[in-house]
Amino acid sequence: MPDLEIEHLCFHNRGPYSLRITSGECVGLQGASGAGKSLLLRAIADLDPRTGRMQLGDINADAVAAPMWRRAVGMLPAESGWWLDLVGDHFANFDTVDADILATVGFDRSVRGWQISRLSTGEKQRLAIVRLLHQQPQCLLLDEPTASLDQELVARVEDLLVTYAKTHFVPVLWVSHDPAQLARVSGRRLCMASDGLLVAAGGPNER
Amino acid sequence: MNVKPLSPLDLALAASLLVLLGALSWRLQLGLGKQLAIAAARTTVQLLLVGQILRLLFAHVHIGYMLLISMVMLAAAGREVMERQHRSIRGFHGWLIGTGSMFISSFTVTLLALVVIIGKVPWYTPQYAIPLLGMLLGNTMSGVALGMDRMTETLWQQRRIIEQRLLLGQTASQAVADIRRQAIRAGMMPIINSMATAGLVSLPGMMTGQILGGSSPLDAVHYQILIMFLICAGTGFGTVAAILGVERKLFDARHRLRLDALHAAGISADY
Repeated sequence: MPDLEIEHLCFHNRGPYSLRITSGECVGLQGASGAGKSLLLRAIADLDPRTGRMQLGDINADAVAAPMWRRAVGMLPAESGWWLDLVGDHFANFDTVDADILATVGFDRSVRGWQISRLSTGEKQRLAIVRLLHQQPQCLLLDEPTASLDQELVARVEDLLVTYAKTHFVPVLWVSHDPAQLARVSGRRLCMASDGLLVAAGGPNER
Repeated sequence: MNVKPLSPLDLALAASLLVLLGALSWRLQLGLGKQLAIAAARTTVQLLLVGQILRLLFAHVHIGYMLLISMVMLAAAGREVMERQHRSIRGFHGWLIGTGSMFISSFTVTLLALVVIIGKVPWYTPQYAIPLLGMLLGNTMSGVALGMDRMTETLWQQRRIIEQRLLLGQTASQAVADIRRQAIRAGMMPIINSMATAGLVSLPGMMTGQILGGSSPLDAVHYQILIMFLICAGTGFGTVAAILGVERKLFDARHRLRLDALHAAGISADY
């Protein structure tokens, strides 16, 4: 049952940020664009130089190699990256990808042989989620996970991610522009002001 | 047989061709006249100066002079590598990566050739050492500059993809493997191509010079083959060293891509 604990996290002249997300809890993060929400996720994934203590369950960020930490914290960037020709090449072993997860986001196994160059933005987004969950992260850092999806798929992806968090008992930090979405998926919400300050933005039923 | 000396009049005749070309450039408004004149003047002055320096060196064979001149050549090559970078690495390290990798590859290969293969006594006989080092440095410089430029430019353009790979838990070395391979290939392609076409399309400059100077074609060919192998080895090892150096500098111990170690585009060069 890992909790995500962030203490005095500083980066790019920002912070210190301290927050704690318990296992299975989903915390929403909203705020004006440019306030630095994505930067906070990047710092937690240790992509930018930072100071401060980060702990996920019994994993201390500074005690393990960075690639291992990143596998554990599972960050989904706003725009996914693909570097090989076929979808399946981006998975360690496509045969072991959960067929239910594929079906939930509207694909079947044949997607393995699809050309990356022909994917739409929304398809890339959904496949990036499949790719991330396939690695079984112990935490989720989601940056606008449903930004380029239509209404029906938004609901399915929300359900998929929330279910994953509940069944695997992972803490989730969910960045979204949409307060209604955060009200649906998260137990509590934080708001990042334009100066980067984090304040509580109320429970699930407040807007 | 000795080489026929060229008189100033002979060179003036060749220069008149450039004057004609300059006139044509003016007529067609190519705007090349000034550049042409400056380049021609530079080549004359620089080569005459080098000629004087070589004459002095040949007259006073001493290892100290040789060390001095080779350091000057290395420094010039190091500066040139920096100038050819679209986004060069900041600070002393950027200079050190290019210059250091040229130093270890060119100097080692030259030393090996002088001591083990050519075996002239003393090994630093300037008639052999200076042209050899010059050719090695010149070619290694091209390879290092091409490779480093390709590496930094591609890392810059593909930063999102590299960071995605890092986010999925790849190490810096895994995330950058394709780009590293491309950069090393880019640095080595020119010498591999010129080895493949040597003699078919053009006669290499050194061989031409040797034949003009009266050597037998076969001797010239043997030396040219030696030079090609040395250049290829020097360029290859130098490029690999430089690319690994860039990789070390642009990723930190936490496997983060550190593009902040690069200058903004075109600060050190304006082409």
